[in-house]
Amino acid sequence: MSYIFLQNYWWFLIALLGGLLVFLMFVQGANLQLGNRTFSDLQKRMVLNSTGRKWELTFTTLVTFGGAFFASFPLFYSTSFGGAYWVWVLLLLSFVFQAVAYEFQNKKENLIGVKGFRTALMVNGFLAPFLVGTAVGTFFTGSDFTVNKVAIADPASPVISTWGNSWHGLEALGQFHAVLLGCALVFLTCILGALYILNNIDDTQIHSQVRRTVKLCIVPFLAFFLCWLVILLVGVGYAVDEAGVVSLEKYKYLHNFLQMPAVLILFLVGVVLVLWGIFQGAFTQSRGGIWPAGIGTVLVVMAVFFIAGYNGTAYYPSCTDLQSSLTIRNSSSSQFTLQVMFWVSLLIPFVLAYIVYAWHQMDKKKITPDEISGTPHKY
Amino acid sequence: MDVIFWSRIQFAMTAAYHWLFVPLTLGLALVMAIMETLYLIKKDDFWKKTAQFWMKLFAINFAVGIATGIILEFEFGTNWSNYSWFVGDMFGAPLAIEGILAFFMEATFFAVMFFGWDKVGKRFHLVSTWLTGIGATISAYWILVANGWMQNPVGTTFNPETVRSEMASASAFWEVITNPVAVSKFFHAITSGWVTGGIFVVGVSAWYLLRNRHSEFAKKSMLIGAIVGLVGSGAVMLSGDSSGVHAAEFQPMKLAAAEGLQDGGNGAAFTIVPGIKVPKMLSILATHNPDGFVPGINDILNGYTDDEGNVVPSVAEKMAMGREALVALSIYRTTDDPSEKAEARYALEENVQYMGYGHLEKAEDVVPPVGVVFWSFRLMIGLGMLIALVLLLALIAVWKDKLGAWKWLLWAAVICIPLAYITGQCGWIVAEVGRQPWTIQGLLPVNVAISSLSAGAVKTTFFIFLAIFTLFLAIEIRIMVSAIKKGPETIKE
Repeated sequence: MSYIFLQNYWWFLIALLGGLLVFLMFVQGANLQLGNRTFSDLQKRMVLNSTGRKWELTFTTLVTFGGAFFASFPLFYSTSFGGAYWVWVLLLLSFVFQAVAYEFQNKKENLIGVKGFRTALMVNGFLAPFLVGTAVGTFFTGSDFTVNKVAIADPASPVISTWGNSWHGLEALGQFHAVLLGCALVFLTCILGALYILNNIDDTQIHSQVRRTVKLCIVPFLAFFLCWLVILLVGVGYAVDEAGVVSLEKYKYLHNFLQMPAVLILFLVGVVLVLWGIFQGAFTQSRGGIWPAGIGTVLVVMAVFFIAGYNGTAYYPSCTDLQSSLTIRNSSSSQFTLQVMFWVSLLIPFVLAYIVYAWHQMDKKKITPDEISGTPHKY
Repeated sequence: MDVIFWSRIQFAMTAAYHWLFVPLTLGLALVMAIMETLYLIKKDDFWKKTAQFWMKLFAINFAVGIATGIILEFEFGTNWSNYSWFVGDMFGAPLAIEGILAFFMEATFFAVMFFGWDKVGKRFHLVSTWLTGIGATISAYWILVANGWMQNPVGTTFNPETVRSEMASASAFWEVITNPVAVSKFFHAITSGWVTGGIFVVGVSAWYLLRNRHSEFAKKSMLIGAIVGLVGSGAVMLSGDSSGVHAAEFQPMKLAAAEGLQDGGNGAAFTIVPGIKVPKMLSILATHNPDGFVPGINDILNGYTDDEGNVVPSVAEKMAMGREALVALSIYRTTDDPSEKAEARYALEENVQYMGYGHLEKAEDVVPPVGVVFWSFRLMIGLGMLIALVLLLALIAVWKDKLGAWKWLLWAAVICIPLAYITGQCGWIVAEVGRQPWTIQGLLPVNVAISSLSAGAVKTTFFIFLAIFTLFLAIEIRIMVSAIKKGPETIKE
């Protein structure tokens, strides 16, 4: 296996993990329903127990997504995490509270009360997709950093990757284009969460409410996403040539779609599936909209990662120093390490199979008011 | 206090909190899996209810372990940017294996174990319970492969083109995953988790017996807890012995600090506490030879010749060679002159094993805080032996039906619960403080491993994380105590 093949393969897996992560953030979107005032406490608890049986998969996918970047593209891990410090810290803080909120919130000894933990879940419901979306948005807008590997030989200033400002990532909140993607992701996860609840909980009142949520989110989601897409396609992108020299190229991402028709098809199929899932949830009696919308989300996110990194593109551009931009060629692990990980990655279908099996076993019986009232095994 | 200090203290605090929750996860996972297995074998609902009670406590603890764990993983990137680049290629494969094999196994089967009693078959549920524990154990192995590599960086080559450590061959990968330091650390950490889980079950059961509540539940739980804890104690001692030998071989300064040994020699004595020594014991523990040579702090600073005649340079000499390596690296990376480049590469390869020393300001920087390591080591051993004794007596008391008569033992078991946590913390202090100033032994000191952040930023996040983790710990203890006070019937709300 050539080095180039392995680098491309691992970028493919990063894209897949990114897609799965965004899909699994239906947990975050569904948790925003905890603020729905028309829900009784029992209904909120049904929502909580529904997402409570899936949150670990989202959390684990996030950890694996970070771990996969560390393993396959360590220069991104060291540059982005150490540089855009506050963005990642904020994201982690929201997930940390999520991790304990399920177990703690209905215990009277929990010190900050049910409302405290439910608020934490809702904050996570908004912040997680918003920050992930905005951070991925900077893959196209660029960030303020420089990379100088020889710095490690300088005892006075040994850090290889340095951030150019003291906002340490928060400046991305001022990048209109990146924020558009963050906002689009918030509404998309809200829709996915509503579709998931529709599928996983047996309660007609909840069904009518979450269908309403889907309808309410369609326009803002499409508006933010289409604005982001149009600006992306007509804007300037970061091209990298065979010698590794990075330059600005007008319509770069449009060119990427056109020069990689398979990616364009993947993207369009993904968009159609998402819209189909939304249509099913909002305007039909079907409860299965989560599946086309979920699969579509994975495909769209993968296509977005592909145009960010493939076809001679710098996936983590530096707007301070173009030549510091990260590409899948200059930021990856060595050929041998990628090769070892390639063999390990062949286990992924097996892992997916047992997750699907366990999920199927657990979800054969939908969550009902009777179950939540009766079972001791609940959050 | 600078950014290096705050980065270190933040990582240390996160790791210390994480290790408050992980051992109980590892230990209770085994205890409850055994109990659920008994339920299936004996078809007795008593064992189902018993397993469910301990599972309830497991779930309370598990959540905080996950919360602290994710921070720990991401702090490698957020606070140790240079380190992340330098080691990324070495940790890639172990982390990929951990993520794919362990994380998803834990996450998937925990949900089945906790919510699946009425949703899946008994056998599938039992398999899920075992797989939750096995997932946690596999995860521990791979993270300790990474930790073991930091203590003893085997199978690596420094690549000046990429400026990082790289794994270049299948034999190097094999060296990394079978690194003797990693293997003994894995057994030491996992089995110390069994001890913590065992003494936790024994202590909680003892509390019920002191209150004359749930006697049958408490006695049977205590029996299983004592057996798991004792097996763990035996394995901890064996793997601890290996760890001592490995420290002598790969991290002699850590051993010297743990012993407070200023001047070493042949037939070195082991200091139990200052003033009380066992002749030749340190040489036996470190080299398995009563007359083996054990270097002290001054020997390492000034250089010495070991038993096999190998001359170990002084730290000052290593620093000089390290600086040559850094200069050579700088020239190699910046010059366009092929002959100058070749010369620089040669000089780099000659001195690269001491490159990390080139970043030190003075030789004494290689000496870790001796007092902290010395006393942590003694507390770890002393408390560990006390806990093993209490576990043994608990087993005898259950066996001989003496629990009613030996009230003092029941109190001792209760007191041993917090002591087990102190023991675990002391163990990690010895392992991690003892290897300062190195993030990677000999290759990368802490002052070069950091991110380009201000001290104020890291100080702020330190206090935020400290407040959150302390809050979580306080809540966990309150909920755990409340659940224990209610007793096994709390499984029915």
